[in-house]
Amino acid sequence: MSEQSNKTPDTDTAPIVRMEKLNKHFGSLHVLKDVDLTVTSGEVVVIIGASGSGKSTLIRCINGLEEYQKGHLEVDGKVLKPDGKSSRELQQVRTEVGMVFQQFNLFPHLSVIDNITLAPTKVRHASRAEATKTAHRLLERVGIADQAEKYPSQLSGGQQQRVALARALAMEPRLMLFDEPTSALDPEMIGEVLDAMRELARDGMTMVIVTHEMNFAREVADRVIYIHKGEIVEQGTPEAVFDAPQNERTQSFLSRVLTH
Amino acid sequence: MNGSFEFNWQAALDSIPYLLAGVPYTLLISFGGLAIGFVIGMFFGLLRLSSASWLRWPAIVYIEVFRGTPVLVQVLFIFYGLPQLLGGPIDAITAGIAAIAVNSGAYISEVVRGGVQSIERGQREAGLSLGLSRTQTFRYIIWPQGFRRMIPALGNQGIISIKDTSLFAVIGVGELVRQGQIYIATTFRALEVYLMVALLYLAITLTLSLLLRLLERKGLVGQ
Repeated sequence: MSEQSNKTPDTDTAPIVRMEKLNKHFGSLHVLKDVDLTVTSGEVVVIIGASGSGKSTLIRCINGLEEYQKGHLEVDGKVLKPDGKSSRELQQVRTEVGMVFQQFNLFPHLSVIDNITLAPTKVRHASRAEATKTAHRLLERVGIADQAEKYPSQLSGGQQQRVALARALAMEPRLMLFDEPTSALDPEMIGEVLDAMRELARDGMTMVIVTHEMNFAREVADRVIYIHKGEIVEQGTPEAVFDAPQNERTQSFLSRVLTH
Repeated sequence: MNGSFEFNWQAALDSIPYLLAGVPYTLLISFGGLAIGFVIGMFFGLLRLSSASWLRWPAIVYIEVFRGTPVLVQVLFIFYGLPQLLGGPIDAITAGIAAIAVNSGAYISEVVRGGVQSIERGQREAGLSLGLSRTQTFRYIIWPQGFRRMIPALGNQGIISIKDTSLFAVIGVGELVRQGQIYIATTFRALEVYLMVALLYLAITLTLSLLLRLLERKGLVGQ
């Protein structure tokens, strides 16, 4: 654990994500309030909070799936404008930022291998052979090398989510976003997905993870952020946040989720 | 009715070669019209989905106008009306194809819209998050899935349009019904001939239904 928090960022020290005073409204609902978030290379940030606290919205702002109204957002050195319209810049950012969704969102009409090779061949213009080789290597890495020719509907939830992870990794992203990656899984499949994520963290991937898995958060996070009603109310090392939370809202949230 | 007018199988059989001569026209007008109608439907269906109202409105107007008026009136308008504007006659077959095209195009627009809208939002988000452009996301992810869901409704429209071509006997296209009418004029065998006409339509539409069922079954692979 201590080794992990001591790991040095890659060559560039510029943050991958720089979010300053970000504000977002859904109609009259103020979902994100003056959120500041900086993620540096190699860092694993875990965001926790109750349902509806805005944690998913926050992570979806980072790759422009949600627009925002006020504030400043820079990802991978590019400024993302509030309106979230599909600009070139935004598309470039997305090629460098991978995302894993709660509902997997695999492409049901494509085989596992085609799910993984689609973006590398169409966006990175990789050759078919090259992309297929990478895909097989990634499938092996997430432990489902033998499922390449199957279709998503023929796989279990845990397998599907690992394919989704491999699909995102095939673009060789500099940052990975995880939006409640295990929330739609049957309990017995959560472990296999977390294992794959654990390995990714060990390999030094920069990750922002929204999750309800507190033990996992404690284990892999360099930094834990607790968000409440659209505001970051507390952040720090897992030890600090889980063992000695300062804010009473963090204390009450943790007492509810850690006791059951 | 006594025995003086019973069903004459010979007359029915005799009419078949004559009626068959109309089938190519029926097929040409239906499938020619439907092919163009599909292109029109894709175009207006996608416009209809646009977030820009100046793109959406022309589509709405087109769909409402051509879905809300009878195909018979449309073909009469094209065949008898348009020449007044164009200053020259329009060939009856062309008029028939055009009528099927604009009519089926209006319905297919709505089929396309429904098919595309039925694809879960997460599919689009997954495509965009991988760095695919909006066009690529549509082309490789949304459209292939949406099209599969459109197949039953497109088949339905195909069958309706094939039957609609029977109305074009009124502008003198030598399609199935027109051939039947001419044959009846000389033989007075309306019962036998119209039964054969009906059976030929049924043969065409059933073949299409079967093909569609095969296509759907294939389309289910990997869903």
